[in-house]
Amino acid sequence: MLAKIHITLKKDVLDPQGKVIANSLSNLGFEGIQSVRQGKYIEIMLDGNDKNTATNKLNEMCEKLLANLVIEDYSVEID
Amino acid sequence: MKSHVIVFPGSNCDRDVAVAIKNISGSTPDMVWHKNTSIQESDLIVVPGGFSYGDYLRCGAIASTSPVINEVINKAKAGVPVIGICNGFQILIETSLLDGALIRNKTLSFICKDVYIKPENSSSIFTEYNSVAKMPIAHNEGNYFASDDTLKKIKDHDQIAFKYCDADGLVNEESNPNGSLDNIAGILNDRKNVLGLMPHPERAAEITLGSDQGKNIFEGVLR
Repeated sequence: MLAKIHITLKKDVLDPQGKVIANSLSNLGFEGIQSVRQGKYIEIMLDGNDKNTATNKLNEMCEKLLANLVIEDYSVEID
Repeated sequence: MKSHVIVFPGSNCDRDVAVAIKNISGSTPDMVWHKNTSIQESDLIVVPGGFSYGDYLRCGAIASTSPVINEVINKAKAGVPVIGICNGFQILIETSLLDGALIRNKTLSFICKDVYIKPENSSSIFTEYNSVAKMPIAHNEGNYFASDDTLKKIKDHDQIAFKYCDADGLVNEESNPNGSLDNIAGILNDRKNVLGLMPHPERAAEITLGSDQGKNIFEGVLR
């Protein structure tokens, strides 16, 4: 199974990289950008085919290591 | 006086800390490799600065799961003084021994310069003195962040150790190098035996380095 994990900064945490990306896109002439938030994307290949068990395990991985819950949110998707 | 300095792959201030401790206390600290799972009886453990594990994932995240860290946590919980400097602060934050988070500098640049900090708390052995101290910072992720609830908690429990200030001790926006919440440069745990700070006191521990005002932070523990 392929797990896809997105990690983004929480809404109330300043994302200076996102702001700089937004500025650069505007400099390139792209119009209508309200804001940019950037983050991490992680792929994990897992044994087995039980999605519930895998989801629990992936949530635990995010909480223990992959995300810092003080500043980041995560979402888990399994193909 | 027995002290220990933890060494991770990528630590680069471990020897500076060891020299500072030796000069201040007269005893040479033991260097503890990250794969060790036990630390002898200790009067001070320092988690030094650097780029442990190449700052992979998040600064300090990988080091916070390394074998030696459980022992650092055990010792900290038993009351042994622990100082985390720069990347060491990031590591202690990732272990949850200290509250909050350290995010990218507001300026998005690596900042390497001298700053002034002053103690905000006289109830810890690291902050018994009350003078402004000059020492360098050198970091990319030193912007202290905490949720409103956490900030209230650390204020209520008197856990702010140091704030960035100007040479006269005035805490203002101009003296905040990285966007840290409330100019916070260092914090303590609730028990006040664990300190994390972004500035490098070991790089300001003898006058030939430009300042010896960083010695204060170690002296309370090492005397």
